[in-house]
Amino acid sequence: MTRSARTPVEPVDDAEVVPVTDLLDPVPAADRYSFVDLLIEATSDLGTRPARLLMTLAGTILGIGALVATIGFAQTTAGQLARQFDAFAATQLIASPATAQTAGGDSVATTRLPWDAVERIERLAGVEQAAMISDVDLGSGTLTAVPVNDPSAPASAPPRLFASSAGLVDTLEGRIVHGRLFDDGHDLRRDRVAVLGSRLAERLGITRVDSQPSIFIDGLPYAVLGVFDGVQQRAELLDGVIIPTGAARDDFGLGAPGEVQARIAVGAGPPLADQSALALAPDAPETIDVAAPQGRSDLAADVQADVNLIFVVLSVIVLLAGGVGIANVTMLSVMERTGEIGLRRAIGATRRQIASQFIAESVVIGILGGLLGATAGVFAVLVIAVSQGWTPVITPWVAGSGVLLGAVVGLLAGGLPARRAAGVEPVTALRGS
Amino acid sequence: MSQALVELRDVTRSFPGPPEVQALKGINLSVNPGEYVSIVGPSGSGKSTMLNILGLLDRPSVGEYRFDGHLTGGLDEDTRAAVRAQRIGFVFQAFHLMPRRSVLENVMMPMLYSGTPRTEREDRAREALHRVGLGHRIDFLPGLLSGGERQRVAVARAVVTRPKLLLADEPTGNLDGATTAGVMALFEELVTDGLALIIITHDQAVARRAPQCVRIDDGRASTDG
Repeated sequence: MTRSARTPVEPVDDAEVVPVTDLLDPVPAADRYSFVDLLIEATSDLGTRPARLLMTLAGTILGIGALVATIGFAQTTAGQLARQFDAFAATQLIASPATAQTAGGDSVATTRLPWDAVERIERLAGVEQAAMISDVDLGSGTLTAVPVNDPSAPASAPPRLFASSAGLVDTLEGRIVHGRLFDDGHDLRRDRVAVLGSRLAERLGITRVDSQPSIFIDGLPYAVLGVFDGVQQRAELLDGVIIPTGAARDDFGLGAPGEVQARIAVGAGPPLADQSALALAPDAPETIDVAAPQGRSDLAADVQADVNLIFVVLSVIVLLAGGVGIANVTMLSVMERTGEIGLRRAIGATRRQIASQFIAESVVIGILGGLLGATAGVFAVLVIAVSQGWTPVITPWVAGSGVLLGAVVGLLAGGLPARRAAGVEPVTALRGS
Repeated sequence: MSQALVELRDVTRSFPGPPEVQALKGINLSVNPGEYVSIVGPSGSGKSTMLNILGLLDRPSVGEYRFDGHLTGGLDEDTRAAVRAQRIGFVFQAFHLMPRRSVLENVMMPMLYSGTPRTEREDRAREALHRVGLGHRIDFLPGLLSGGERQRVAVARAVVTRPKLLLADEPTGNLDGATTAGVMALFEELVTDGLALIIITHDQAVARRAPQCVRIDDGRASTDG
């Protein structure tokens, strides 16, 4: 019923507390608006506009995909580098007598390696194969492929002469190009046999060894058994001649082994450094110098760090663009759905419930983008690694973090639109639409 | 006479300008449970402002509004939202249905906020839809319904929480004559169940169906014959 207008009363005091117990029905906790309700509301309309969803997701998928792929590529290439690096450097150990400076400034060895150094080293766990190698000083002696000294030939330094036990080329992971290597029998019998490095063989014009051509070392004939190649760690051997230690002792007065070269298992370097010194000189291990690899390659770790940094920065930029994309579309969605927001407020939604719904929608989109991006990133690493014949390496937490990062991007991107949605006045919203 | 469900006393609503606009000027209105009131008046006269205040979507600048005997001025935002959810139903001219949710989901939506027991929600929504004659359209999307059917979905959504007050803003504005008659018959049926109904309308025929009609002109109310 209407009444006639009267003098306006005092403005209502908004701070006045009104008991509302009989105005509202009590609602059991189980029937209140819950987190599950929020999730249902946030995901119900998600797939109804697939094209828009894809556009919204694109930035996040690209950003997180790039991030996961970057870290995966960095780990894979670092693993690959480490593998190649380890294959050469991390599996070789060299033990030699320590040197000291004389008063005249010359370096002299402080001890001698024993002649059974190879046996001693090969007994150690982690050593796969070992061999002795010594530089043989020819003095003014010559090393030629013909028995006569040609005075008209241009003067050149003779090739280097090495003495070794059998198995040196195998220890260095070299390979036979022609013929064969000498064995322990040749060494024990002190046979005059030799193997040549591939570059020296080429220089001497020795291309076949089936008739065992001779070379003349300080005038003594040595039968060439074979030609080897591929000893990357000791490339100087490719320009030299290797003869058995026994023959070197007889013919050239080799007094003691120069050093022991050993091929060891990956990761065995640190313990073997101590053990091999003790094995070679039990009473004075400090007189033995041992060069052994120190665990995992620092170079590989550095490469991984550099590659990671560059691409992570790039990916984060892409991801930021993805976040801005989500924020834009969510903001657009708030504007488009003003009527819906007004309706929800009219039928009883609080500002907090409206805000949480838009944040939840944004987080769900972020998680979805993170999930798809991480999957795409892992897939890209797999495809490229497999096509290159590499072993794909990716830490499991990288993919998991991709999804988490998507959620964080969604959360940050949804903040502003959610605030705007919560601020929509239902009266304006319902009138406007 | 029973206690009024809604009672406006000297309510003024002004909007700061410049220029300042007084949309409502000293309005007094009292509506009891089971009463049916229509509000008529030209565009811009203040009808919608009054409806927003009655629906706790807006607050009077001056004066007091009692809902179910309680002063509403001191209620905080969350309590006002809870009162809307449990006690007030809205029907709009533009329906405001969610286009990608089924008819059933649209009708269930208010119960999300009203605290209706979860186990009862779907049954109550189906019951409300049967009551408005849309039991056969439950799984349809709103876009596939006629204007009259959409408005009936909106009515079902407004009454599914069993409110005490139903506010309808131009509920027949988008409907033809025959459909209007159907929706009005539905409203009248709800009133006989004890619901207080306040309808804003431009349509004189609709206004005349209400036992009480209030005319608003330039923010002032008068009883219309």
